[in-house]
Amino acid sequence: MSWTWFHKLASPPHAYRILGSLAPWFGWASLALILLATWWGLVKAPADYQQGDGFRILYVHAPSAWMSMFTYVVMAVAAGVGLVWRIKLAHAAAAACAPIGASFTFLALATGSIWGKPMWGTWWVWDARLTSELLLLFLYLGYMALRASFDDPQRADRASAVLALVGVINVPIIHYSVNWWSTLHQPASVTKFDKPSIDLAMLIPLFLMIIGFQLYFGWAVSRRLRGEILRRERNANWLKEAA
Amino acid sequence: MTPRQKRMVTVVAIVAGVGIATTFALNAFNQNLLYYYSPTQVHAGEAPASRAIRVGGLVENGSLARKPGSMEVTFILTDYAQKVPVSYTGVLPDLFREGQGVIARGRMDGNRFVAEEVLAKHDENYMPPEVADSLKPHLDAANSAGRRST
Amino acid sequence: MDLKEFFEMGGYAGYVWTSYGLTALILLWNWWAARRSEAEAQTAARRRNELALERSS
Repeated sequence: MSWTWFHKLASPPHAYRILGSLAPWFGWASLALILLATWWGLVKAPADYQQGDGFRILYVHAPSAWMSMFTYVVMAVAAGVGLVWRIKLAHAAAAACAPIGASFTFLALATGSIWGKPMWGTWWVWDARLTSELLLLFLYLGYMALRASFDDPQRADRASAVLALVGVINVPIIHYSVNWWSTLHQPASVTKFDKPSIDLAMLIPLFLMIIGFQLYFGWAVSRRLRGEILRRERNANWLKEAA
Repeated sequence: MTPRQKRMVTVVAIVAGVGIATTFALNAFNQNLLYYYSPTQVHAGEAPASRAIRVGGLVENGSLARKPGSMEVTFILTDYAQKVPVSYTGVLPDLFREGQGVIARGRMDGNRFVAEEVLAKHDENYMPPEVADSLKPHLDAANSAGRRST
Repeated sequence: MDLKEFFEMGGYAGYVWTSYGLTALILLWNWWAARRSEAEAQTAARRRNELALERSS
């Protein structure tokens, strides 16, 4: 099997150009979708039969929680590809994911805490779901700290990639924690092999917000990855034209 | 094997190894990961009597009683198999109501569970009030079936 | 629509608006940080190019 196409796509000048032309599309589309979903979720969607208007926190909490896990999987896959194929661009992509993922994880924890206070009656409990999501934040922070501790980028890439791969086990644990153990957090409403447990009028803005966040991630990762590429390709000739 | 295939095997081995090790570890500590005991577990003596525990279940319909002139409430926690009577003094969370899931932390005092803290557990269903009204009988049945299986 | 009622969020105003405000803050931070990360790398690369040109001339 020939991998030339793969290596060509992963060539830094090629990726730098493609990301540069993709980013504005991601950016504007995400801005439009997030604004639409915010209006829809805050104004148009009906209040919940149990939680009233308090349930509207769902529209920022669930998408950020979803993105915290999605970003980690992207980061771990990129790290794995970087290890196996020795592709610097893949390692750079993993490095670009980490701060974005960490910020989404923090947001999921913070909005969850704010939501938990009035509804559950507590800001925080050490149940399996909340604890494993907190562990995810530490995995992101540990990954970034590990990268920063090496002077040699190649060694930083390899060591942090192993950490990213080891930590990926936490993602299914977060997702299934609410089914495997008794937790204060309720089971999944949407990501299950069944009809969603959310009324359609409430589900539409949630989907819009998730797609909006996803595009936003695409924008942020493109920008950061372009920065990573420039930093790594210090002496390459193609830079003379690109910069 | 080419070096690339060797690296591929290494990566797969790392992920699989960590996965298997974690599975064993989580199985071994399964009891500690449970956030609360069900009334059935309490009746079967699975919950330790010496230290504070959490009991989770549904507030039985019609069981909630407030002592006049005080913050004390009593209610019955049920998992449709067993019941635990609970007494609690303090502020209840917004979602606390009959028929809803709650988790109480405290200890057994004879047959009565004296709670120091009561948290409301909400389910994964979101809907407007009109839809909830039209679904009421169906939803109650679905909820009770779901609780019994867990 | 009643604007006052909207901002009150059925009594959950503090919780709902704090959540949305925090989300806006984090998204803005990400936007700023990603932009800065790219721009800094671009400036550094440009400077290296200029230095290389000076040296070669």
